[in-house]
Amino acid sequence: MKRSLSLLTFSALAAGAATPALALAADLAVTVEVPRLTVAEYHKPYVSIWIENPADATAAGTLAVWYDAGSKEDKGVKWLKDMRQWWRKAGRTMSFPADGISGATRAPGPQKLVFSGAKGPLKDLKPGQYNLVVEAAREVGGQESVRVPFIWGKPGKPATAKGATEVGAVTVAVK
Amino acid sequence: MSLRTRLLAVAAAGLVLALPLAANAHRGWIVPSFTVLSGDGAWVTVDAAISNELFYADHNPMRLDAVVVTAPDGSVDKVQNALTGKYRSTFDVQLSKPGTYKIGSAVSTIMASWTQDGQVKRFRGSLEDFARQVPAGAADLKTIKSFNRNETFVTRDAPTTTVFAPTGKGLELVPVTHPNDLVAGEAATFKFQLDGKPAADLEVTFAPGNSRYRATPGDFKVKTGADGSFKVTFPEAGMYWMNAVVRTGETGRGPGGPGMGGGPGAPAPATPLAGDGMSASYTATLEALRP
Repeated sequence: MKRSLSLLTFSALAAGAATPALALAADLAVTVEVPRLTVAEYHKPYVSIWIENPADATAAGTLAVWYDAGSKEDKGVKWLKDMRQWWRKAGRTMSFPADGISGATRAPGPQKLVFSGAKGPLKDLKPGQYNLVVEAAREVGGQESVRVPFIWGKPGKPATAKGATEVGAVTVAVK
Repeated sequence: MSLRTRLLAVAAAGLVLALPLAANAHRGWIVPSFTVLSGDGAWVTVDAAISNELFYADHNPMRLDAVVVTAPDGSVDKVQNALTGKYRSTFDVQLSKPGTYKIGSAVSTIMASWTQDGQVKRFRGSLEDFARQVPAGAADLKTIKSFNRNETFVTRDAPTTTVFAPTGKGLELVPVTHPNDLVAGEAATFKFQLDGKPAADLEVTFAPGNSRYRATPGDFKVKTGADGSFKVTFPEAGMYWMNAVVRTGETGRGPGGPGMGGGPGAPAPATPLAGDGMSASYTATLEALRP
């Protein structure tokens, strides 16, 4: 009830601005820093990047999943469940590899990504308040998720949050 | 082999099956290596034992004769690579289909006494053997029936609910929250049924694993409402032992209890059961994941 109300309010706002078509074509620019870790055994993390409805913590779409599809062990799918929040809310009902979502694991450093508003889950995402969630799980390492709020439907200032262990700085901007 | 020795053999078999119930302080459990899995190459390896500490194999292995695997489509698989050691049994389950598997046993046992040719006779075994070995219309027939379930659940990919379809026999768990969708700190709802009807006012015990590393066991109890449902919030992530028991009438433990009148040395005459009774127990191992 609360959510539909806020969406209504937002629709009214969008109608007032008379730019809904333009707003929906926006892109989501995301920078994810894969932290450089000094550990005896390092494996690049599995990372899921997804959109969360803040009201009920459900997933509103998966933007990217980085995993080792070349792994001998079940093509890497075996470890997808270790990104437990994403797995529970979205991953377990998807099939892998997933077109336009699956990707290879990434090396430490800032990873710049742009998700087109004309494709994938953003295409049908209703304007409103969301969290971008970056959840990482590393073999013989830890697991962490970082949430960055954003408003879909109008360009906004970049927002940043930083994890403590497995996820570095995450910056999100609606362009 | 006389009838008597055959009955004794049946009794011994029955005792083994009934061990989880008979040994009060000892808790039977089936613990899978994972409860939530991904990918079509998924397997779990499972430990099954009867122990004091949860979940450490410190007493007896669980016999695997009655343990079956129910696949998400309702078909029944056998356990693989089964081994029964000194303290625990182990086996593997291949999750060849996506969905929720049930791994466990549902065993019904009946104890009976009756009079035949002026002598008290005793029986303990399965319902099938009871029908074969106890004469129809036996004089002074008294029975104590028990139905014991012990199970766990594992899910590959998205959870399914086929394996929870109630059979209407004994105590059964009817999930509202899926047992492979449990997260520490989140309330979960379950229902219990007894012979297909809501099990109201039932005391349900939860005991967390890793008890060896705690000064207090951490057990807690909840009660079911009129509709057999209850809510539980797992305080921490980990494996939990869940148990509920219903008993009415005679338990068979008092005078005229489980003794067959046999035993080492000179056999004493069998004693009749004190009356009729029934018991139903339900045990499951559940895992709450980290938020």
